[in-house]
Amino acid sequence: MPISAQPGFVSYLLRLGDDRLVLGHRLSEWCGHGPILEEDIALANVALDLVGEATLLLKLAGETESAGRNEDALAYFRDSTEYRNALIAELPKGDFGFTIVRQFFFSVFSLLQMQALQRSSNAELAGIAAKAVKEAKYHVRHSAQWVVTLGDGTEESHARAQAAVDELWRYTGELFLTDAVEQEVASAGLGVDASTLAEPWHAQVEEILRRATLTVPPVSYMQRGGRDGRHTEHLGHMLSEMQIVARSHPGATW
Amino acid sequence: MPDQPTSPTNGTDATSPADSQWPLWEVFLQPPKGEAHEHAGSVHAVSAEQALQNARDVYARRGEAVSIWVVPSASITASTPDDMGPFFDPGNDKPYRHPQFYKVPRGVRVF
Repeated sequence: MPISAQPGFVSYLLRLGDDRLVLGHRLSEWCGHGPILEEDIALANVALDLVGEATLLLKLAGETESAGRNEDALAYFRDSTEYRNALIAELPKGDFGFTIVRQFFFSVFSLLQMQALQRSSNAELAGIAAKAVKEAKYHVRHSAQWVVTLGDGTEESHARAQAAVDELWRYTGELFLTDAVEQEVASAGLGVDASTLAEPWHAQVEEILRRATLTVPPVSYMQRGGRDGRHTEHLGHMLSEMQIVARSHPGATW
Repeated sequence: MPDQPTSPTNGTDATSPADSQWPLWEVFLQPPKGEAHEHAGSVHAVSAEQALQNARDVYARRGEAVSIWVVPSASITASTPDDMGPFFDPGNDKPYRHPQFYKVPRGVRVF
């Protein structure tokens, strides 16, 4: 069996792809509802970047798995228990502050992850990562600018941004969980053990939160389960909407 | 009009109560490197950095530009339609201002 056909690598690619597919879909829910036209377009751009990355990652997952599933089959014909995204990606979009804080937390994580994955021993994954790094850099810049604007803005915007930080913080720990899959791909040089990204993530995120006059909540309990297919109730609802066209008209093209 | 100071915000005062939008910025894109920046349109933003990002997202997301300038619309002083006559008409009856009596030497590229 070639090294890239390890089942752990397929699971790993599903994690990478599902994070971006689910978050991209959540962001796309803003389309037509953004606070102003410019930001509506900006959010849709980020959503398209994430869905584009997910397409490439799920395609690679399907090829590596060699079970005849392409990226569309993986996106539209898996149920929520088969999804491997972190829970933070699937939470409902909330208000604009919630969406921005979540995007900021994920984008910093994604940039660190993709920077490391540029050195993957799998050339295709390294190539996808190189493309994603450019996109993630802009996502960090855009969301960080908004976190500072909202946090260091009016009383109302500060309160909403702080509420979002408080609500989302307990979902950040899952991004850095390590398990047999993370260790397997890391030791094979295919992937990066997510736990190694925690320290730089905290440094960068806490720096921006300070500038935004937002407070880092005291760490208590961290939510988990998404990496093993144990999701919140929200993912099922989201998937039913995302998948209904593909499932109602299997094989349809346009 | 009485002696009203020509405030730079005249005409484009985005903070007036009638306008609930954020301040307006004019966007200039440089198509390929070396060419002049051209006016592309305008965006709303609360800061220069946000204006730059909005300009990127609205006007340059399909690789249209290699450089972006954003300028607060309020900083632009523009001629008015009333200026049309005094500004532009006097040139028309002075043909000697147009160098069209000269023969272009061979070898000079005519644009």
